[in-house]
Amino acid sequence: MTLPCCTLDGEYFQPFKLEGEDAARWISSAGPGLKRIEFLVPQANRPEAMAHIETDLGALAGVTSARLNLTGRRVAVVYEEGAIEPQALIDRLGFLGYMARPFDPRETGLTKDDKENAKLLRALAVAGFAASNVMLLSVSVWSGAEGATRDLFHWLSAMIALPAVAYAGRPFFYSAVNALRLGRVNMDVPISLGVLLASFMSLFETINGEAHAYFDASVTLLFFLLAGRYLDHLMRARARSAIAQLVSLSAEGATLIEADGSRRYVPARDLKAGMVVAVAAGDRLPADGLIREGTSDMDRSLLTGETAPETVKPGALVHAGEMNVTAPITVEITAAGNDTFLSELVRLMASAEQGQSRYIRIADRLARFYSPAVHTLAAVTLIGWMLLGNGWHDSIMAAIAVLIITCPCALGLAVPAVQVVASGKLFRSGVMIKDGAALEKLAGVDTVIFDKTGTLTKGEPALVSPLMVSTDTLALAAGLAQASKHPLSRALVREVAKRGLQPVTVSDVAEHPGLGLSGTYAGEQLRLGNRAWCGMEESGEDLGLLEFAFRRGAKPAVLFQFEDQLRPDAATTIAELKQMGLAVHLLSGDREAAVTRVADTVGIDTAVSRASPQAKLAYVDALSKAGRHVLMVGDGINDAPALAAGYTSMAPATASDIGRTAAETVWMGESAAAVARAIKVSRRTQRIAKENFALAVGYNVFAVPLAMVGFVSPLVAAVAMSTSSIIVIANALRVGLGRTSGPSSARVDGDQQTGRNALKDAA
Amino acid sequence: MNVLIYLIPIALFMGGVGLAAFIWSLKSGQYDDLEGAAWRILQDDDTPKP
Repeated sequence: MTLPCCTLDGEYFQPFKLEGEDAARWISSAGPGLKRIEFLVPQANRPEAMAHIETDLGALAGVTSARLNLTGRRVAVVYEEGAIEPQALIDRLGFLGYMARPFDPRETGLTKDDKENAKLLRALAVAGFAASNVMLLSVSVWSGAEGATRDLFHWLSAMIALPAVAYAGRPFFYSAVNALRLGRVNMDVPISLGVLLASFMSLFETINGEAHAYFDASVTLLFFLLAGRYLDHLMRARARSAIAQLVSLSAEGATLIEADGSRRYVPARDLKAGMVVAVAAGDRLPADGLIREGTSDMDRSLLTGETAPETVKPGALVHAGEMNVTAPITVEITAAGNDTFLSELVRLMASAEQGQSRYIRIADRLARFYSPAVHTLAAVTLIGWMLLGNGWHDSIMAAIAVLIITCPCALGLAVPAVQVVASGKLFRSGVMIKDGAALEKLAGVDTVIFDKTGTLTKGEPALVSPLMVSTDTLALAAGLAQASKHPLSRALVREVAKRGLQPVTVSDVAEHPGLGLSGTYAGEQLRLGNRAWCGMEESGEDLGLLEFAFRRGAKPAVLFQFEDQLRPDAATTIAELKQMGLAVHLLSGDREAAVTRVADTVGIDTAVSRASPQAKLAYVDALSKAGRHVLMVGDGINDAPALAAGYTSMAPATASDIGRTAAETVWMGESAAAVARAIKVSRRTQRIAKENFALAVGYNVFAVPLAMVGFVSPLVAAVAMSTSSIIVIANALRVGLGRTSGPSSARVDGDQQTGRNALKDAA
Repeated sequence: MNVLIYLIPIALFMGGVGLAAFIWSLKSGQYDDLEGAAWRILQDDDTPKP
């Protein structure tokens, strides 16, 4: 048993436990006698961490090398087999103040992303190499090479360009073939057609010793288009790897009690109905079950949105994902794995996703009109030239020139360039967008639905009354509260620490599930808990506040009142959203009084309380059916189906794993202003993307007639296409200009918050 | 014009070396941690290891 560790922020956590047979899947071989393991260290977000971790781990006996990847916040350690155990590395990292969790790149799909990334980069490099060399040869031809020299240059160009096109063009060819097979047309169809025709026509011309070859056009086209494709991919990969780091750091498993009373640890996936597990105070339940022994309180906030824990007794039904707050309990599992309440929600989520009509990205929508138009123009050119009495050869040449000049080079860059700049800007301010489609959808929303607990509020209660209370009382109450994991006890301890007080040490502390805590101090009995426990009268009025009474000896009890605090900027964000012309709703699973209170404070008129996950889903569905584009903002497990059903969705980084996975956008940091900021940036992005389309189409309007009458030589094509691409990129950079609203330190704040959330999970 | 016989192979060879160098750098993981690389250069790694 290792001692709890303390992070740089002064919070405690329990280091991750590598359990027996499970450990093998994290470890890979790194040469004879050497093993390699990777850890996820979310708190290693500052450059100093590199030297800190690398020198310290590197100095351990048996460690060959340790290297921190600051982008992915992962440490890769190579060590001698048998000389040091991986657990020792985790403990050492914990001692340094970094919570570490073994990391298997396979589990997050990161390797697939990385491979795709490397493939695109390689294709980009090959296209770049070919483009620069072919362009050199082409410039010589344009500047007057003739006869045998020109033919030689064309042949050389062909030898470079054709293999390069075959290699670097694959992403487009595959995508075009897939689209055609499904009976659709996307941008890759005219791209592939243009590139291939340009190559084959040029080869034909070269064989016949003609003057014009378009090899440079086909490879430069590929180079520009691959740049666009790579940017698009980079944006998705960045957000995904950042979100993968947020995956809960807690070990997924439970302590199984065998029939003979012995205990052993099993991973959550091996649990079956009928097994009996022990759940310690502060642990999350691994599966649904009935309580056999023990009375405790359950924190159901992730499942129901309710902040106040509920008392449970033997025989009560408890669900996976709930946190056991007060006392250890044993639970007989009634459902595990696929039969839990949680997996029921996952199913609900999947069907909600299926029911959603497939979103078609703006570039693909344009492609539906663009491709037929371009192909018609080429056909018209061919027929026109034939009718005017030109030969087959010249007519086909003119038609192919039209296809080359209209090859949507600028169009292929128009959207990705803008989106990558915009998402980079949002990323720096702590908003992570999973892909370009999410950014486009965000610009189109007209209704925003907020969840309450954990989304509009911080999800952790804070003391609001009485503000004037003697320091003795507070310190004594905190002394009692220290022993408990109840959310209100923790809030009380936090409050005391914030006021710079020391909790008083209280003896004989005992926790009474469903009632409160008791203890003795200087011969007097102390009690902290609900009103009845401290001999106070119940009040009939429900103000939507959470309460804790405290009594010392025979003195009258003091009532502490807590409130789930709003996120900073919650009210201003709502006002801003309304000003942007959006309808704002509040949809919560909490009690009516608490919901009304929050709705009034932030200024939301439409508020629904006591909504079950199914009710939330139905609410979002109904609005979508009525033609609204709903942005669902939520964090809990209970919000997940609604998040999946919304037109698009956002979740804070502190959300449950399932909520974060369901959401298309995740923001870090406490402030709620990220919601308004994301919508604003996405609207601006959409506007500039449309401008870019206008520019690219405008270029075609100008260039196509020239191509149709046969004025487009390879030189004209090269100049025209490059210029239009550069104009589009320059315009895209405008998104990055202008003021970034919100604090520039948002990302650092966000990281700390992430760490704390992870701590909560791990504790 | 005979000089082309030398110049063209040289140009292609140099381009090829550039391409090979890029692919090598990609394979050896130099693009894996762009943020860390920017900071690593500022690190004082000449201090003796404890």
